[in-house]
Amino acid sequence: MPLFWLVLIVLGLAVAGYVAGRGRALRLAGGDSRVLHSLPSYYGAHVALLTLVPAFAILCLWVLIQPLVIENRISAKLPETAIAESSTRALVMSDVRRVAEGLDVAVAAGAMTADEAAHMRSELTDVRNRLGAVGVALGSDVGPEVLRAAQAYRALAARGHLAMTLVVLTAALGGAGLGIARSRADFRARNVVETAVRYLLIFAATVAILTTIGIVLSLVFNTIEFFKLYPARDFFFGTTWAPSFGGGSELGILPLLWGTFYISLIALAVAVPIGLFAAVYLSEYASGHTRAIAKPLIEVLAGIPTIVYGLFALLTVGPLLIRVFGADGVGIMQAGTAVMTAGLVMGIMLIPFVSSLSDDIINAVPQSMRDGSLGLGATRSETVKQVVLPAALPGIVGAILLAASRAIGETMIVVLGAGAAARLSMNPFDAMTTVTAKIVSQLTGDADFASPEALVAFALGMTLFVITLGLNVFALYIVRKYREQYE
Amino acid sequence: MYDNPLTKRQTLTQEVKFSARGVNVFYGDSHAIKGVDVDIEDKTVTAFIGPSGCGKSTFLRCLNRMNDTIDVCRVEGRITLDGEDIYDPRVDPVQLRARVGMVFQKPNPFPKSIYDNVAYGPKIHGMARSRAELDEIVERALRRGAIWDEVKDRLDAPGTGLSGGQQQRLCIARAVATEPEVLLMDEPCSALDPIATAQVEELIDELRQDYSVVIVTHSMQQAARVSQKTAFFHLGNLVEFGETGQIFTNPRDPRTESYITGRIG
Ligand SMILES: Nc1ncnc2c1ncn2[C@@H]1O[C@H](COP(=O)(O)OP(=O)(O)OP(=O)(O)O)[C@@H](O)[C@H]1O
Ligand SMILES: [Mg+2]
Repeated sequence: MPLFWLVLIVLGLAVAGYVAGRGRALRLAGGDSRVLHSLPSYYGAHVALLTLVPAFAILCLWVLIQPLVIENRISAKLPETAIAESSTRALVMSDVRRVAEGLDVAVAAGAMTADEAAHMRSELTDVRNRLGAVGVALGSDVGPEVLRAAQAYRALAARGHLAMTLVVLTAALGGAGLGIARSRADFRARNVVETAVRYLLIFAATVAILTTIGIVLSLVFNTIEFFKLYPARDFFFGTTWAPSFGGGSELGILPLLWGTFYISLIALAVAVPIGLFAAVYLSEYASGHTRAIAKPLIEVLAGIPTIVYGLFALLTVGPLLIRVFGADGVGIMQAGTAVMTAGLVMGIMLIPFVSSLSDDIINAVPQSMRDGSLGLGATRSETVKQVVLPAALPGIVGAILLAASRAIGETMIVVLGAGAAARLSMNPFDAMTTVTAKIVSQLTGDADFASPEALVAFALGMTLFVITLGLNVFALYIVRKYREQYE
Repeated sequence: MYDNPLTKRQTLTQEVKFSARGVNVFYGDSHAIKGVDVDIEDKTVTAFIGPSGCGKSTFLRCLNRMNDTIDVCRVEGRITLDGEDIYDPRVDPVQLRARVGMVFQKPNPFPKSIYDNVAYGPKIHGMARSRAELDEIVERALRRGAIWDEVKDRLDAPGTGLSGGQQQRLCIARAVATEPEVLLMDEPCSALDPIATAQVEELIDELRQDYSVVIVTHSMQQAARVSQKTAFFHLGNLVEFGETGQIFTNPRDPRTESYITGRIG
């Protein structure tokens, strides 16, 4: 029975269990739901939970563990002769799996009977040809040991699957039965459901946390791998970035960090004043009508994909800047792709982040604060400057730092707008590149994944991660500090 | 009065400070104040009484144009301060509010230190030439707000960290620090204990020597104690206005009588 059907059947059982549990509780209460400890639907939910949770837990574990067990068993039975021909046990096992899968495909496509697949002998049949006919390409002819192992593999898998189906169904039925039996009027079904909800929430939180830890660990391990091949000193303090896939590359992070920092700085210099002033206008000066139109319009900016901003930088802003600062104008800009181009466009992209968040925060400042200030004869701008903004400062700092981490992590605009040259220069009209852009280019080349030129991407990612983390911690610190002062 | 700096105000000795004629206030379509005529005298305490929602705060806010900050609010009629129309387009509401101070119904100290709360108005209006002078103004205001003794050792502590009653007195101190000619007080004692209430009433009495004070209150006793004139509002109408003694002992309107004896409201 395919997995999909099994899942459907368990779900069906759960629904039936819900109805049965609810019905039984009501019946035992003589149809009067006031006698019940919990609402009737809780009794139903309790039975459904008992049906689903154990069955699915077993199902998930089984699906995860079965391949490992089978793999071990078959691998242990592989004769040494089969391995001697090829290189390693792992490689032979991958052949075995591939043949087994191929046989499955062939049977499913009707090119082979199940019986034939199970008992076919490589001495008599050209397995490679037969499987090739149904679209499974094999690298070499299939030896007798491999074919036998593959057949054993299939047999074991089929048996395991059957056992799993039986166990899961038993668990579901058993759970349902137990649940229905417990559905008496004084049973605290509501509390059971409450507990289940709590564990569901804990489960979700755990998945999120474990994923984060997993990502960080994978970064850390690959970074360590990189530092085994390339000295950390040269990475952190090197001022040249010159990867060459032939070896002997110089992988100094400083030019990339400088590019990231410079572009983010320009972006924030554009986004923070404009975003903040727009937010102040919207929340303090604009009429409700203006606000209702203007705010969504600004937020449209946030919905534009960054690749579109990248095109804008490449095709519009770059040429515009070159006309003013290029050879025909001021003469300090060589090409359209430059730190300034990317910074300006990224700044535009960040405006809605700053303005939207700041606007919400400024609106959260109570009207009575403004009344108090206006009532003392202060003007609106005095009120904004002296009362509203100080009260909203922690939130605004948070918004700005959020925008900063966006700027640091941005890739597409940099790739299209800032060029690809890693250099340390003060001129904002030079082409530069950032950490993120280089991560992309190091991993999309066809370098061997074990070479320092590819592994450096993880070290770069790790550095970026630490910087953003530091920024967030700093933001929290600022927010705390001001909160103490203002509350 | 148009754009005069605070220090160069003429001190007119007219008897009537505020004069309102045919004042109507609308919040969108709802008619909150209906044709109110009233004269508020200088060097007098005027009490506004009336049941909740009758428009006392609304009318009070007309006197320093705080209603301008509410989008849906529309004020009709003529209100003059020292004979000049305060709704005249030439009038700067910011200057007006410096002359007509206000203490709000709910205490609203700024999220700043106690000192900065009080110094806020004087700083904005450039009332002090030196730090020492500012210190003096702040101390004087806090003493008048009957809170000096409680906060003199922690002027740098945040104003929002005070208790509700202390916050209200801080707001009173903040309002008197700018030396307004008229002080509008919207239920200033609703969060205060009897001792602080007595201190605030003392302050009101003292302010009466120089200023005009308008106070909204739900306490009949308080109105009787501190005010010389009383106005009774009901459903947006000014039902009766006169000497406090006369209103409380010999009301002319039956609605006034039922309210002060506790039968409506
Ligand atoms: N901002 C506003 N928007 C719309 N309607 C308002 C607003 N403020 C007050 N009103 C309405 O105007 C009327 C008068 O309100 P106001 O606040 O002046 O009453 P009040 O006499 O001060 O009452 P209280 O003694 O409870 O403070 C009420 O019906 C109220 O619903
Ligand atoms: Mg009121």
